[in-house]
Amino acid sequence: MIKTKIKWSRKHLLGLADLSATEITTILDTAGSFKEVSTRNIKKVPALRGKVVVNMFVEPSTRTKTSFSLAAKRLSADIVDFSSSSSSLVKGESLKDTARNIEAMGVDIVIIRHRAPGAPHLLTKVLDACIINAGDGAHEHPTQGLLDIFTIREKKKKIKGLKVAVVGDILHSRVARSNIWGLTKLGAQVIAVGPSTLIPDEFKELGVKISYNIDEVLPELDVINILRIQMERQNTNLFPSTREYARIFGINSERLKKAKKDVLILHPGPINRGVEITPEVADGKHSAILEQVTNGLAVRMAVLYLVSGVK
Amino acid sequence: MSTIIIKNGRVIDPAKKFDRVADILIENGKIKSVGKQNTSKGQVINAKGLIVTPGLIDMHVHLREPGREEEETIASGSTAAVHGGFTSIACMPNTDPPIDDEASAEFVYLQAKRTGKANVFPIGSVTKNRAGKELAEIGQLVRGGAVAFSDDGDPIDNAEVMRRGLEYAKMFNKPIIAHCENKDLSGPGVMNEGLISLELGLPGIPSVAEEIMIHRDVMLTRLTGGRLHIAHVSTEGAIELIRWAKKRKIKVTSEVTPHHFTLTDESIKYVNGGFDPNLKVNPPLRTKKDIQAIYRALKDGTIDAIVSDHAPHSPEEKDVEFSSAPFGMIGLESVLPLIITELVNKKILTLSEAIAKLTINPARILGIPKGTLAVGADADVTLIDLKKEWVIDPEKFKSKSRNCPFTGRKVKGRVIKTIVNGKVVVDN
Repeated sequence: MIKTKIKWSRKHLLGLADLSATEITTILDTAGSFKEVSTRNIKKVPALRGKVVVNMFVEPSTRTKTSFSLAAKRLSADIVDFSSSSSSLVKGESLKDTARNIEAMGVDIVIIRHRAPGAPHLLTKVLDACIINAGDGAHEHPTQGLLDIFTIREKKKKIKGLKVAVVGDILHSRVARSNIWGLTKLGAQVIAVGPSTLIPDEFKELGVKISYNIDEVLPELDVINILRIQMERQNTNLFPSTREYARIFGINSERLKKAKKDVLILHPGPINRGVEITPEVADGKHSAILEQVTNGLAVRMAVLYLVSGVK
Repeated sequence: MSTIIIKNGRVIDPAKKFDRVADILIENGKIKSVGKQNTSKGQVINAKGLIVTPGLIDMHVHLREPGREEEETIASGSTAAVHGGFTSIACMPNTDPPIDDEASAEFVYLQAKRTGKANVFPIGSVTKNRAGKELAEIGQLVRGGAVAFSDDGDPIDNAEVMRRGLEYAKMFNKPIIAHCENKDLSGPGVMNEGLISLELGLPGIPSVAEEIMIHRDVMLTRLTGGRLHIAHVSTEGAIELIRWAKKRKIKVTSEVTPHHFTLTDESIKYVNGGFDPNLKVNPPLRTKKDIQAIYRALKDGTIDAIVSDHAPHSPEEKDVEFSSAPFGMIGLESVLPLIITELVNKKILTLSEAIAKLTINPARILGIPKGTLAVGADADVTLIDLKKEWVIDPEKFKSKSRNCPFTGRKVKGRVIKTIVNGKVVVDN
């Protein structure tokens, strides 16, 4: 099922900024092999039998947590869920102490979601386990980036030379950052589109083009990755209202008429229907939103499999 | 009382433009003479090959006592000071309770005296309880020994209060030391705003948060004729404003810390696997361009003094996620070698220029009779071996805290002896 010779030496997956193009491709190729597992009658392989994986989610998440859980189960690992509302973190225990206690129970891989950028890095310093970043604040969300790229590659058969727009709150988005790192490394042109308050000019230094006008860039795009607009940003003067945002940047079918016929629509979820994307686009023929979720499982299996093999 | 002769050292006293090999005779805690000494009564210190300077002064430290004695006390902090070569330090009033009345200022003196290490000069708060609303009893604080006034860490938001503070302190010829930060603009920021904060996804503090406040305070100083000292300058724009003010004879002085001319925001990405909370400081570590501007400002005198901004924090406070950790790093025991390594050995400043920023300049800003080896002055003397190479290891520090960003760094320059009021308090 898996090609026997895979070169992989990273014990942790902290972000796509750290990875080379070859490493990213290795994960994508490995994920390709695992995707096949999900189509089998018996959806399980013994690769991680006897390994213990902890889902340490110190920030709410449904999709990512479930996806990692299922990925671990399909690899035959034992998985423990740990969420903040039921944890000692609420009682004032430090992240470091909590993680150490969990590790003392004999854990091989810790998957962490945390609101603080760098929380996974902190764990790498105090634990022996493999650490997988499942989203740290606005820093990175590497498996989301990988599954987006996986989906694009599957649909477009390539990454190099594609024009990919990431639309929305780029400043606060870990998904945007992981997409930018991964896609640029593989040779795509990323265009950040959104309100000027949410796209600092420094993004240009990462090789990203900036546009405040979706209609202007739309005709040349191969992929539109639409980010969720967080309602709580409304009152921070970053933009006046979601209504205005929807008018200027919302992706609707009218707007899409100007796009390429085979334009691909992605969204990491959860969707605010009617704000950043209208229902007919989200559910329309260009959308690969549900395939993203399916692919997420394969990508996470690949990541768990690869890091677990590193001593 | 005792007699000490320091023989054959290279004596550098910038206040007197003195730089040559000489002997120093100390009697009864005072400098008796500087020149050739033939007498050999009393204790003889052979300083051949060493630099002999007026006792160094650090005009910006946090000693945490009263209130957070587990992090530092006046005793531990003043001991760390003398081991770093500092014979005098000025401590900020952001203690709990704050130094905002006569008795609390006197308490600092008393504790320092009990310890018998460095001279400790309290800085009083400008406003009651450091709340930025009403002026503290500045006159009473002066009686208690306060040498300057500051609400350090909590900038005075209300411009009218700042205006009155400058105006009122003028009557006592005391400076207001301003931590310049517009809190609306720095917001939830934890590091310099720029490419690195963007990459790391950490909220940024823009340079303009510092500069806008410096601009306000400079203009208020021009209006009032008061004295303003700008704490820990960190940006190129801040320096341009100070240079502008000095050119117009507005009474503004300024200081910089070694971390702001040694480290940049990039270190938060690379050092220690990234996101090391020991690199979290306010104002934040800036960029290479800012460091270049600081070099020029040190050279042309726009920046008058070099300080540690020694800010001790306990391990349990610092050993957390970067965004949750408090701002601040310790520095008393690493300032001098960093200045020698990063400024003197790199020929940014001459040795004499560097020493001036650690002696006579801060003494003049604070109006304290220190910072010179003039005959009759208090016998505060620091002996330094410029060539001694060593590796910074906070575990060996006298400070109670360990939040030092320079662990493992190879530096040159070591304190050999520190003499305070004629007493040898450090003898390496």
